[in-house]
Amino acid sequence: MSKKIGIPRGLFYYQFYPFWKSFFEELGAEIVVSDHTSRKILDEGVKKCVDEACLPVKIFFGHVENIKDKVDYLFLPRYTSVSKKEYVCPKFGGIPDMIRNTLSDLPEIIDTEINLRRTEKNALKAAIEIGRYFSDDNKAIKKAYKKALISYREFRQQVKKGIFPGELLDNSANRVQNRNKQNFSPIYDMINIKNEDKYKNNEDKYSEDKCDDKCNGDRSEEDNNLFNGKNRINSNMKLNIAVLGHGYNLYDSYCNMNALYKLRNLGANIITIDMIDENIINEKSNLLNKKTFWYFGSKIIGCAYHLLDRNDIDGIVYVMSFGCGIDSFICDLVERAIRRNKNIPFIILTIDEHTGEAGMDTRIEAFIDMIRWRKKYESDISSHGKHVYMCQSSAR
Amino acid sequence: MKVTFPHMGNMYICVKALLDDLDIDYILPPFTSKKTLEIGTKHVPECACLPLKITLGNLMEAYELGADTVLMVGGCGPCRFGYYCEMHREILHDLGTNMKVITLEPPHGDVKEFLRRIKNLTNNAGIFKILHAIKNATKIAIAVDDLERLTFKIRPREVEKGAVNEIYNQFKRDVINLKGSKEIIKFIEETEKKLLQIKTDESFKPLKIGIVGEIYTTIDDYTSFSIQQRLGGMGVEVHRYVTVSNWITEHIIKQTLKLPRDLRFAKAARPYLGTMIGGHAQETVGNTILYAQDGYDGVIQIYPLTCMPEIVAESILPAVERDYDIPVLTLIIDEMTGEAGYFTRVEAFIDLLHRRREKKQVEGKYILSGN
Ligand code: SF4
Ligand code: SF4
Repeated sequence: MSKKIGIPRGLFYYQFYPFWKSFFEELGAEIVVSDHTSRKILDEGVKKCVDEACLPVKIFFGHVENIKDKVDYLFLPRYTSVSKKEYVCPKFGGIPDMIRNTLSDLPEIIDTEINLRRTEKNALKAAIEIGRYFSDDNKAIKKAYKKALISYREFRQQVKKGIFPGELLDNSANRVQNRNKQNFSPIYDMINIKNEDKYKNNEDKYSEDKCDDKCNGDRSEEDNNLFNGKNRINSNMKLNIAVLGHGYNLYDSYCNMNALYKLRNLGANIITIDMIDENIINEKSNLLNKKTFWYFGSKIIGCAYHLLDRNDIDGIVYVMSFGCGIDSFICDLVERAIRRNKNIPFIILTIDEHTGEAGMDTRIEAFIDMIRWRKKYESDISSHGKHVYMCQSSAR
Repeated sequence: MKVTFPHMGNMYICVKALLDDLDIDYILPPFTSKKTLEIGTKHVPECACLPLKITLGNLMEAYELGADTVLMVGGCGPCRFGYYCEMHREILHDLGTNMKVITLEPPHGDVKEFLRRIKNLTNNAGIFKILHAIKNATKIAIAVDDLERLTFKIRPREVEKGAVNEIYNQFKRDVINLKGSKEIIKFIEETEKKLLQIKTDESFKPLKIGIVGEIYTTIDDYTSFSIQQRLGGMGVEVHRYVTVSNWITEHIIKQTLKLPRDLRFAKAARPYLGTMIGGHAQETVGNTILYAQDGYDGVIQIYPLTCMPEIVAESILPAVERDYDIPVLTLIIDEMTGEAGYFTRVEAFIDLLHRRREKKQVEGKYILSGN
């Protein structure tokens, strides 16, 4: 019987799940993903985790509780660093220890350290260490690793086209899990289906620009511009809203109370940080006086700088979890950059376990209304000005 | 150029000596006060950690006194401290202060580069002079920490309550009127002598508490509501491994010169916290274990709200508490923390430790007589 490995649906799930899924499947392990985030999972997490932790970490605790009894191994790698010269977050580095010392009756934990701070070669090293739990054959593990990389790149490529990772993962991964849909509002389903169809229709169109993350140095910015030209998600929607934040805050709809879908429903095209080319982001984040030493930090700041260069963005939303140490700095830097450079509407949506959905709705609606009003007002001004001018000229 | 730097506990003493010796013109920010915190809270993002708020307040107060350049140490993560310099720069810029922020990044083995940066600051002072000044500043840091440790020992045993505080607080106030490492070292020695003359009750066996947690809040008396002084006054002997001099010697000097470091805490922490995750989380976990092994009665963890590494440590400490049978009290501080509520918790903890000790003694006797 194949060994069961449990992957909690939280934190880096939204980033690396496709990689690990293909890796473990290739090695013949059976993957069990925890259920979608729900009240129950959140409550469980809040109960077990220290009060001071941020919401995503609490949710992660809930997910671990959710699967710990169903699996032989818990997969909680220690993500110290996933990019050169950068760390993820002290909590990511400590999560296996936090879990091990807080929850009881846990299965064996795979907590191999993933640390690419010095060199990216460490990824293979970590993969081999992890693969060892399921195979003695180094060659097979390396093969699985390569396959996993391909899946990962494909996944990132698809996200770049404007599909939220959450949707992609739901559609491809555990259909079984998907039956359990009570966590989603009807809005979610509606958009989810719509999006799926859209994706199918556009598949041919997109296949031409399949491109490796690493080799697109010569891609023009035009190609990466989700809202311009052929990649425009849906041209009859009126507003282009960029959403910044960590993947687990953006794509876990329960965690952010459907914020992204609400924005969509109010008629916004959404571009998230994961839909922008990494090269552009890296280049921009290098403009900082001192580059941040956090993966999320560099990404978000680079992305914000890029957005400020463009003129097709109507508003920027920053989704942050209350008490996030990194966001407390990064969000502030982003806000300063926006205020200094451009008068673009900006809103911070802070989420924690006490955030009420009604308040969230009101804020999002008010934000969108404000942008629409501004757009209308601004265009009124210009036409008004013209009109006056014309009157004057005709009077002469 | 008028340099300034933020406060962190007694660090101003050794920085002052360094700047004096290198003939750098500087302004010492006023000691941290309620006003400092208010300025900081107003301009720093709400969720940022408390030390950023206080240090920004320090810098603004120094700016009002005419400082135009900030001296900060940098870092490369993962905890937020390494990015303080940039936050200061951005905030000071947006406040329209035009203050220049100079960051001294830890040299990471590149000693020459580090010295070059200091040289730039000092109008090209000779390398010998710089090294000499650094050596003396380090010596002062160590001496000041030793002095503080001495107060930890004497305070609970003093016969006349308040004797230590009178001498020690006067030292902290008057030291700023001196100039150069020579005078400062002399003053430290005199103070030490005075402290040693205080009459103590040697038969008194105080409770022993280890202090762990985030460096700023544990070192800085203003931030921690002078908890170490207060505990001493309540007849408790405290100890703390993490100090300014420890940070300088372990993190800067030993790492730069690649000397072996004292990593007992890391070894002790390993079964609970596998790697370094930033800040002082590993020290917190490891030192708690060391205190338990050394027979301390309890441990107090102090950290500022939202501090990432200490949150990890906090979630691990209950396991240490259970495995090593040592009570741990966690105190979290932010700008809203009220002194009264804070000390109620501390007092309750002390009561608990007293009861535990009595119970142990009774049990000890019982076992003896049972034999
Ligand atoms: S990056 Fe922020 S939100 Fe994520 S785990 Fe760390 S503190 Fe929490
Ligand atoms: S240790 Fe904690 S309080 Fe200190 S800088 Fe790091 S996150 Fe902030």
